[in-house]
Amino acid sequence: MSVLVFIEQRDGQVRPVSREALGEATRIAAAIGGPVIGVCAAAKDPGLAALGEAGADRVLLATSDRFAAYDAEGTAAAVEAAVRGVQPVVVLFAASAMGKDLAPRVAAKLGIGLASDCTKIDPASGGLTATRPVYAGKALQQVRFPKTPALLSLRPKVFAQVSRAGTSASVEPLAVTLPGDGPRARVLRVSAVAGGKVDLTESEIIVSGGRGLKGPENFPLIEELAGALGATVGASRAVVDAGWRPHHDQVGQTGKTVSPKLYVAVGISGAIQHLAGMSSSRCIVAINKDPDAPIFKVADYGVVGDLFEIVPALTAEVKKLNAHG
Amino acid sequence: MIQVVCIKQVADTETRVKVAADGKHLDPAGVTWILNPYYEFAVEQALRVKEKLGAGEVIALSLGGPGVQTTLRNALAMGADRAIHLRHEGAALDSLSVSRLLADAIRPLGAGLIWFGKQAVDDDAAQVGPMTATLLDLPCVTAIATFELEGDQVTVEREVEGAREVVEAKLPAVLTTDKGLNEPRYASLKGIMAAKKKTIEDVAAAPSEPNLEVTALAPPPPRAAGRIVGEGTAAVPVLVKLLREEARVI
Repeated sequence: MSVLVFIEQRDGQVRPVSREALGEATRIAAAIGGPVIGVCAAAKDPGLAALGEAGADRVLLATSDRFAAYDAEGTAAAVEAAVRGVQPVVVLFAASAMGKDLAPRVAAKLGIGLASDCTKIDPASGGLTATRPVYAGKALQQVRFPKTPALLSLRPKVFAQVSRAGTSASVEPLAVTLPGDGPRARVLRVSAVAGGKVDLTESEIIVSGGRGLKGPENFPLIEELAGALGATVGASRAVVDAGWRPHHDQVGQTGKTVSPKLYVAVGISGAIQHLAGMSSSRCIVAINKDPDAPIFKVADYGVVGDLFEIVPALTAEVKKLNAHG
Repeated sequence: MIQVVCIKQVADTETRVKVAADGKHLDPAGVTWILNPYYEFAVEQALRVKEKLGAGEVIALSLGGPGVQTTLRNALAMGADRAIHLRHEGAALDSLSVSRLLADAIRPLGAGLIWFGKQAVDDDAAQVGPMTATLLDLPCVTAIATFELEGDQVTVEREVEGAREVVEAKLPAVLTTDKGLNEPRYASLKGIMAAKKKTIEDVAAAPSEPNLEVTALAPPPPRAAGRIVGEGTAAVPVLVKLLREEARVI
């Protein structure tokens, strides 16, 4: 009755989303009674024994030079081998760029359904059920798994990590026959996005700007506030479609769905497709000149007024706070 | 080269979701149906490839009830040569069931490129592209933001957290498209007229046992009522105090 977790690594670093998946795995394992087993594909061990602290009892490691960059088909073969060997009842992935690409391949190889981007798992109601947002969060869908194992990917920043200080995981080699002579889809290189900023889906704090900023030349206001808060800059669809900001900044139904602890919406009226993408944030602040803007309906704290005055004042106030600790 | 573009009809993104009487699905009453936004990029890119090569055929493929014919007709008006409608009525199928039906339909076509959107904006599953590729035993790159074709090789970029992966693959291959890949064209009046004469082949789809069962659909829990802290810069110190002491987020 084990729970298997895919451990995602890039450049020899285990990614935080995998620690979140391990945290949830320990909660499921406690309910069903069984160990938490990780599976990782890497060119060399990225320090997997330390994942004992994050909840792993054992980690299976498939090593190959092919795994220096993401090899989708090779990694899918490794996870499939682990599932066939371990026979888990639940398999967890992170719904990250890699997990979203990988999990459907593993599901197809196993001939089993997959619930993607889940935000809640209930292991104890007559077979596991999962809750997942659909329509970018305008509704929640509940699903059940007719076959074993249940395959799920977990939305980043939703599930809590655990800390079992002093515990280490045993790392065991996993034998895999990799398909083909090499990856058929080969990663040539990985280039950092300008600024090397944290991805919106993994940010603790997001400051998003909308059409109220009047033009791309005013986005430094947002960037300065984000800098003071240690936040990532986001944007509404309107400003992305207008070409003010790149697409990867877009929050909402055709952009990213985010769940940070703090979301600050500046000059964003709150179109339904935007609200869908951010209304699961823990705390929402809205700054807008229109007191009737829909954004205020989801905001915990609203400030009505001219953003060109309020945002610099807020940046200054946050800087003051930072300076005084 | 033959290219297949798999398209899905979805509820418009402005739709307010109402739950149907079965408690499991979207109430279709009053919903405007559109071509899933991410699939417009797929249709557009396939058309550009055909235009660049100066030859070939673009086949639009969709699974669903009679309503999807509108969406297929839309792809034909944009410039696709013909369409295949895999007819299935009733509740939406799970992604693996859909992928199996699509893979069976695609296999005999001998396509060099098979296109999907990176995800549908209704179920947000983002599964059917890579699942279908796996069932077809073809290489696949998901959520591509750039595309280049050189002979029988494609080079694409996909966004990952804080970086971009540059990936190359040999044809035949499966690609799923992200926003930003291109600027999809509108169907011209000439295109709309021409689409009326193009064929939509009607094929009955026979799905297998479900692989995932939807047990409920519900609106998200409402957020606790918030408050207006104040107006103008005078509200800023109050806001910061609340964020620090009440919400404890900074």
